[in-house]
Amino acid sequence: MYLAEGAARAHYQQYFEWLQAQPSDRLVHKRAEADALFHRVGITFAVYGQEEGTERLIPFDIVPRVLPREEWIRLESGLKQRVRALNAFIHDIYHEQQILKAGLIPAEQVLCNSQYRPEMQDVDVPGGIYAHVAGIDIVRNGEGDFCVLEDNLRVPSGVSYMLENRKMMMRLFPELFSTHRIAPVDDYPDLLLQNLRSVAPVGVADPTVVLLTAGANNSAYFEHAFLAQQMGIELVEGQDLFVREEAIYMRTTQGPQRVDVIYRRIDDDFLDPLVFRPDSMLGVPGLLTAYRAGHVTIANAIGTGVADDKSIYPYVPEMIRFYLGQSPMIGNVPTWMLRKPDDLAYVLAHLAELVVKEVHGAGGYGMLIGPAASSGELEAFRARILKEPERYIAQPTLALSTCPTFGSPGIAPRHIDLRPFVLSGREITLVPGGLTRVALREGSLVVNSSQGGGTKDTWVLEDIC
Amino acid sequence: MLSRTADHVYWMSRYIERAESLARLVDAHYRMSLLPQSGETLEKTLAATLKALSMEDAYRERHVRVEPRRVLEFVSLDREHPGSIMSCLRSARENARAVRGTLTSELWETLNSTWLDARLHGAQGSRVDIGVFVEWVKERSHLTRGVTVGTMLRDEAFHFSRIGTFLERADNTARILAAHQSDLKPGADAAGVPDPYAWSVLLRALSAFEVYRRVYRDVITPHRVAQMLILREDMPRSLLRCCKELYQNLRSVRNDQSQETERRAGEMHAVLHFTRMEAIIAEGLPRFVQQFLDRLRDLGERIASDFLVPPVEA
Repeated sequence: MYLAEGAARAHYQQYFEWLQAQPSDRLVHKRAEADALFHRVGITFAVYGQEEGTERLIPFDIVPRVLPREEWIRLESGLKQRVRALNAFIHDIYHEQQILKAGLIPAEQVLCNSQYRPEMQDVDVPGGIYAHVAGIDIVRNGEGDFCVLEDNLRVPSGVSYMLENRKMMMRLFPELFSTHRIAPVDDYPDLLLQNLRSVAPVGVADPTVVLLTAGANNSAYFEHAFLAQQMGIELVEGQDLFVREEAIYMRTTQGPQRVDVIYRRIDDDFLDPLVFRPDSMLGVPGLLTAYRAGHVTIANAIGTGVADDKSIYPYVPEMIRFYLGQSPMIGNVPTWMLRKPDDLAYVLAHLAELVVKEVHGAGGYGMLIGPAASSGELEAFRARILKEPERYIAQPTLALSTCPTFGSPGIAPRHIDLRPFVLSGREITLVPGGLTRVALREGSLVVNSSQGGGTKDTWVLEDIC
Repeated sequence: MLSRTADHVYWMSRYIERAESLARLVDAHYRMSLLPQSGETLEKTLAATLKALSMEDAYRERHVRVEPRRVLEFVSLDREHPGSIMSCLRSARENARAVRGTLTSELWETLNSTWLDARLHGAQGSRVDIGVFVEWVKERSHLTRGVTVGTMLRDEAFHFSRIGTFLERADNTARILAAHQSDLKPGADAAGVPDPYAWSVLLRALSAFEVYRRVYRDVITPHRVAQMLILREDMPRSLLRCCKELYQNLRSVRNDQSQETERRAGEMHAVLHFTRMEAIIAEGLPRFVQQFLDRLRDLGERIASDFLVPPVEA
C-alpha cells in the first residue's frame, strides 16, 4: 500500500484518505459487527475433534487489498498461459509423455510420484481438460513483480471467502463502493457452473451437475454448501451416489437420477474404494469404471496432483515453453531443489535465511522458516534434510509482500499472498482478483487458515474516479 | 431432491417442533410450580409426563426423586440427554447445517442463531430462569415456522419439512393426552370439581386454554377437552388437524412406491374425520391414544423407507 518513503501508492490514495478520516472506534465496531455476522451466517470452518456446533471463524481483515487494473490484466494473461500449459502437461503425462521423452523433466520425478495415477493412463477426458478449477498462489518478489508460489490443481478452496468477503465489505462500508470502481466478482458461481457444464460427457445436452462433499464435518463444508446453493445444484455425499451399468445415479425422493458431471471436493484417494483407499467411506464404489468409460466427468480430473507437486513446480516455466512455445509471463519464485547436490550445498549454507518445504506437504505444515527458527530447530531440520534431501525444496523468504492490516495495535503491515481462481473448460475464465490471505501474526509468513491466517477483500480497481 | 436432503429437512422440522412442544409443556408445569398449593398434583403430572415422553428411565438414571425443578431443568437444559430442548435445538441446527444450501439463508440463519443463543442460555447453568428460557424457545420456534412459510419455495423440501412438523406435532399431542388420561376419563369430574391445575397444565401445554374459552364459553369438562384436542379440525394442534396436513403434504410428494403410505395416512385422517367422541369413549381413550401412536410410528417408518432412506438398489 505504501511506497518505501511512506506515501500511499496511487491506487491506494483514495482509500488511504478515507481511512485517515475514520474515527478508530468506528473500525473496531465494524470489525465486531463483521465477526457477529460471520457467526450468524455460519461462514466458518469445522475444527476436527471438537464438539458439534463449535466451528471457528477465519479471521476477516477489514482493510482491503487493492490492485490496479493494468497490473491485474498482466496477471490474468499470465495465469491463463500457465494453466493452459499445466493442462497440456497433465494430458501429455497420461498420454504420449513427450515432455519426458524430450528429457526436460526426469521421468522418475513424474512416474514415481505418489500423485501420478497409472489408472489414468490413456484415458481421454472431455476437452482434454484436467484442472477445471485451479487456485494459483501469487506473491510479489523483492522487485515488486508477481510470481507464482504454488499451483493448486487438486481441490483448491477459498473461493467462498472471496465472495463472502466482498459481500461483507459492501455491507460494512457501502460508501467505499460508490467512491471506487471495483470490479465485481459475484458472477463466479455462474462461470463455474457454465464451465462444469461445458465439460460434460459427449452427447449430453442438458447435463446434471452435482458437488461431491465429504460432509458437514469437513473443514471446507461451508464452501461446498455455499457453492452448491449458488449454482443451484445438489450437494451430494458418496452415500447419495451409486453406479449402475457404468453410469452414476443419485438417490432422490423420486427414484434414481442420472449424474453427468461431478464437481468433487474430496481427494483422489477417497473417490473410489474399489481402486484407491479401500477404507474410504466418502467415495462411490465403481466410480472410476464409469469415469474411464466416459459416462461421467469428474472435475478436477483424477491425477492432477502430478502437476502441482512442489517437486514438479520448478519445471512449469519449461512446460510453458515446451507446450505453448511462449516465454512465461509470470515466473516462479526462485527454488532450490535439494535433490541436486549444488542446490543442497547452497541451502545448507544459508538455512537461516530460507524457507524449506516438504515436496508433498500442504497447509503450511512440515516447513522450516529459517529467519524465525531457533538454532535448535535449524539443526533438527538440517538433520532431516540430510537424511532425505529429495523430499525438500527451498525458497527465499522475500516471497511475501505486506499489506496494512487492522489488528490490536491498530493498522500494521502483515504478509499477504493472493489466490486467483482459474476456470478451464471450453475456454479459460477468471473473475478479477481472488482470495487474499494474510498472516495475522507479526512477522509471520504463514497465511494458511489452519495456522492462524486470515483473509481480506481483494479489489481490482477498474479505474480511479 | 436427494433422499438424504429430504431426511435432514424432515428431521430439522421434527426437532424444532419437538423443542416447542417441550417448551410449552415445561412452561405449563413451571407456572404451576409457582403456586404454593400445587405440590402433590404437580409431582403427579410431572411423573406422568416423563412417562408419556418416554424420558422416565433417562431421568431416573440421573436423579432419584421426581423434584419439579430438577425435572424441568432435565427436560429443558440437559445436554447429555438427547431428548432435552437443548439437544433438540442442537439437532435441528445440525440437520439444517447438513442441507443449508437447500434452505433459504433466512431459515438457516434463524436456526443457526437459535443454537448460538441457546448455548448462551445453557452457559448460565442452574442460574437460568426456566420461565424466560422456554418463553424464548417458543418465540424462536414461531420465528422458524414463520420464516419457513414466508420464504421457502413450495417444493418438495417444503413439503418434507411440513410432514416432519405435523408428524411430530401429532405425536406430541397424543403423548400429552396419554399423560392426562386419568383426568380425561368420563366422570373424572363427577366426584366434584375437576383438579383445576391439571386442566390448566393440559390445556396450556397445547396452547388450548384460551381456545377452549373461545370455543365453548362454558366450564371445562373432560368430554369437551378431549373433543377439542382430538376431533376439532380448526384446532391447530388437534390430532385431526395434524393428520389432515400430513395427508395433504404426503400427496404432494408421492412417488412410485408411496401409494400404501399415502393410503394409510388418508385412512387415519378419514377415521378421525368421521368418528364421534362417543365412539372413542366407548372404545376407551387410553386404547385409542395408544393405537393412534402405533399407527403414527408405522407411518413414520414408511415415510422413511419410501422417501428418506430408500433401500439400496443394485
